[in-house]
Amino acid sequence: MQLGSYSRARARPSGSRREVYVWYLMRITGVALFVLALAHFSILHFIWDPAEQTADFVINERWNQIFWRGFDWLLLMTVLFHGWLGVRTVILDYVHRPHLRFYLLAVLYFSGVFLLIIGTEVVLTLPVPGAE
Amino acid sequence: MTRVPTLLRYRGREGMLAWAFHRIAGIGIFAFVVLHVIDIYLVGGNPELYDEVLAFYASLPGRLLEVVLGAALLYHALNGLRIIILDLWPSMTAYHRVLWWGTWAIFIVVGVPGALIIMRPVWLEWLQALGLA
Repeated sequence: MQLGSYSRARARPSGSRREVYVWYLMRITGVALFVLALAHFSILHFIWDPAEQTADFVINERWNQIFWRGFDWLLLMTVLFHGWLGVRTVILDYVHRPHLRFYLLAVLYFSGVFLLIIGTEVVLTLPVPGAE
Repeated sequence: MTRVPTLLRYRGREGMLAWAFHRIAGIGIFAFVVLHVIDIYLVGGNPELYDEVLAFYASLPGRLLEVVLGAALLYHALNGLRIIILDLWPSMTAYHRVLWWGTWAIFIVVGVPGALIIMRPVWLEWLQALGLA
């Protein structure tokens, strides 16, 4: 791919419709993560200190409201698209041996599905205090 | 021909550095996300182990790593916004150097106080040891 000027990280691809979708999806999820990820990091490092964050804290304080569970779950979904498509781009850039590329991408996608499953499970199954 | 690492070979000035930092920060954040989803899973599966992991996060090496994580996150977020601005309004390319230094100005203004808050228990202890707090 030709980089037209040094202004852009990656020129919008032409030719492959799939690559154009990926290009737009990276930017849309990127804007969403600007809000979601920075808010998440700020809340859990500036408002609360890691020293306070026991498993008890997560159950009784951080995740005792559906809103914050939903917020963190939305963050997980967005990061799974953005981060995993980002690493896909890195693999496509550097790994040219077909078999190695195939296996690395397979490991990448399986790890994404795995984190989606365990992340969703913990959001859904952790008891909400007082919600019985 | 001698092989020169790609990171050093292509002389794209600011855009090249911005790209390299963006990629390195992105991979670092990716690695932390994998760790972090697994550690949150422990809240339900093994709360005692979760508390041990969080005790590491609250330690001095843990906090230093959080400062690095926060820096990677902030840089990647700000530079990502810079990229989107240039993609949406190509005429802004004329001011790309302003955007690049603007990114670093916001990075320092937001990042330094953030790092101080994360490291607060460490330097508060030092101040107390010196009898200053």
